[in-house]
Amino acid sequence: MLIDHPLLGPRDEAEFVILGDAGLIDRPDWQAEDAAQLFHDYLHLRDNPAGEHRELWFHEQGDRSWLVVTRNTLTHEIVRVELARDVAIARGRDR
Amino acid sequence: MRYSALQILRQGLTGNRGWKPVWREPEPKPHYDIVIVGGGGHGLATAYYLAARHGLTNVAVLEKGWLGSGNVGRNTTIVRSNYLLPGNEPFYELSMKLWEGLEQDLNYNAMVSQRGIINLYHSDGQRDAAARRGNAMILAGADAVLLDREAVRKKCPFLDFDNERFPIMGGLWQPRGGTVRHDAVAWGYARGADRQGVDLIQNCEVTGFDIRSGVCRGVETARGTIGADRVAVCVAGSSGRVMGYAGLRLPIESHVLQAFVSEGLKPAIPGVLTFGAGHFYISQSDKGGLVFGGDIDGYNSYAQRGNLPALEHVCEGGMALMPMIGRARVLRIWGGLVDMSMDGSPFIDRTPIDGLFFNGGWNYGGFKATPASGYCYAHLIATGAPHPVAAEMRLDRFERGAPIDERGAGAQPNLH
Ligand SMILES: Cc1cc2nc3c(=O)[nH]c(=O)nc-3n(C[C@H](O)[C@H](O)[C@H](O)COP(=O)(O)OP(=O)(O)OC[C@H]3O[C@@H](n4cnc5c(N)ncnc54)[C@H](O)[C@@H]3O)c2cc1C
Repeated sequence: MLIDHPLLGPRDEAEFVILGDAGLIDRPDWQAEDAAQLFHDYLHLRDNPAGEHRELWFHEQGDRSWLVVTRNTLTHEIVRVELARDVAIARGRDR
Repeated sequence: MRYSALQILRQGLTGNRGWKPVWREPEPKPHYDIVIVGGGGHGLATAYYLAARHGLTNVAVLEKGWLGSGNVGRNTTIVRSNYLLPGNEPFYELSMKLWEGLEQDLNYNAMVSQRGIINLYHSDGQRDAAARRGNAMILAGADAVLLDREAVRKKCPFLDFDNERFPIMGGLWQPRGGTVRHDAVAWGYARGADRQGVDLIQNCEVTGFDIRSGVCRGVETARGTIGADRVAVCVAGSSGRVMGYAGLRLPIESHVLQAFVSEGLKPAIPGVLTFGAGHFYISQSDKGGLVFGGDIDGYNSYAQRGNLPALEHVCEGGMALMPMIGRARVLRIWGGLVDMSMDGSPFIDRTPIDGLFFNGGWNYGGFKATPASGYCYAHLIATGAPHPVAAEMRLDRFERGAPIDERGAGAQPNLH
């Protein structure tokens, strides 16, 4: 797989490591009433879709940026690559 | 028809015209007591033990493709019971004991071959961990022998003992581990279940569940609705997808694991060798092919095929362990869908929906579990209570702070 890095252009998948579902960006509020339940779900439960999947990749052998890669799990086709920072800020996080 | 040497002789003398198809191809009935979703090793074993141990025969196995088209026919056939934790080891040792009696039980040649498995170690710390694991195995009734460097060299003189990065110091040997012909396991259980009246229904994909007021009453399939008092899902790599039809999210991700086979060679490799430090394992099939593999590719996948970086990594591991492998040519490569769980251990449990049961999370190692998985799942479905050796394999174990994490890697499936 080639990952089209937004800053560096197409890079080989071997330069990256994958963490998993990009939902991990949305860390629950630790002060919420049901924080224990929220953290259980956040840490352990996955949608695991057959089709488009948004996931966090780390450019470990490159510029060490975190990316959100949208990839089809049925075909391995990569349809979109964004900087995780931009995604996190767009979702209301401060960084 | 019972298989025996006499039968072969008789059929041989009469032109082999008397052999019958190994199982029937029935039309699905509108309703069963129990419907099993997924005709892989675990689904077929569950059906067999429901009939053989619990007398429940109004049972159907619904399979999307053909029987054994999933991982049961794609794995590297290794069986072993060399786990560490009390939530796992008694279960895998039950499986090993069932393997040992399987062919007599099923009247089917599954080529169970207890040729032994060695896990190599390369440092004092790894040796101590191997000794601890061996003791845990022995406590659970399994067998384990700690081999030093010279003992490993005697068995496998071809290894690179003085590798700069991972010199071989010894290995943990389980003499009763080995390999089993994977397809024959599916076929043997299928035949055993069919002979007791279980309907095996192929080309019958389950596309939804009939759930009313929190109770599962059957399944929607490519061949119409089929009612059932109890529905038992057993679809391994497709777990997330299928349980999604019931609205459940699981502590599981689907990944791809690849395997490789070389051309046929003269016997060279005794038993199974694992080189955990280099992410490589190998055995030799009875036809002579070197059967080897390594880690999962690492990303979510339902494609049943992997990519080249994993292939390269596995081959590098092979070269580091046994340089002689560089002369062998790879003949075949394939991938299978593995249901990686959050702690690397499986689930055999009921679900929050009454009448709906779940079996999955087998990671890259569910083939060895096939007999015990079927045995314990049948026990749960028939009696309503978990079998004692599978009692910790519950879906709520993360909520209770009771994961079964052999590797201690935490809630990240691609690290297990
Ligand atoms: C390359 C590779 C090597 C492996 N090596 C080993 C090894 O050496 N030792 C070991 O112990 N384990 C190994 N494993 C793991 C092992 O193969 C699996 O854990 C085990 O086979 C899973 O259980 P199963 O046999 O029931 O799965 P499967 O055979 O995959 O059965 C699941 C079945 O469900 C069916 N299904 C899916 N969706 C539906 C639906 N909607 N409706 C109806 N049916 C459906 C599928 O078609 C499939 O037939 C390996 C796996 C792979 C991929």
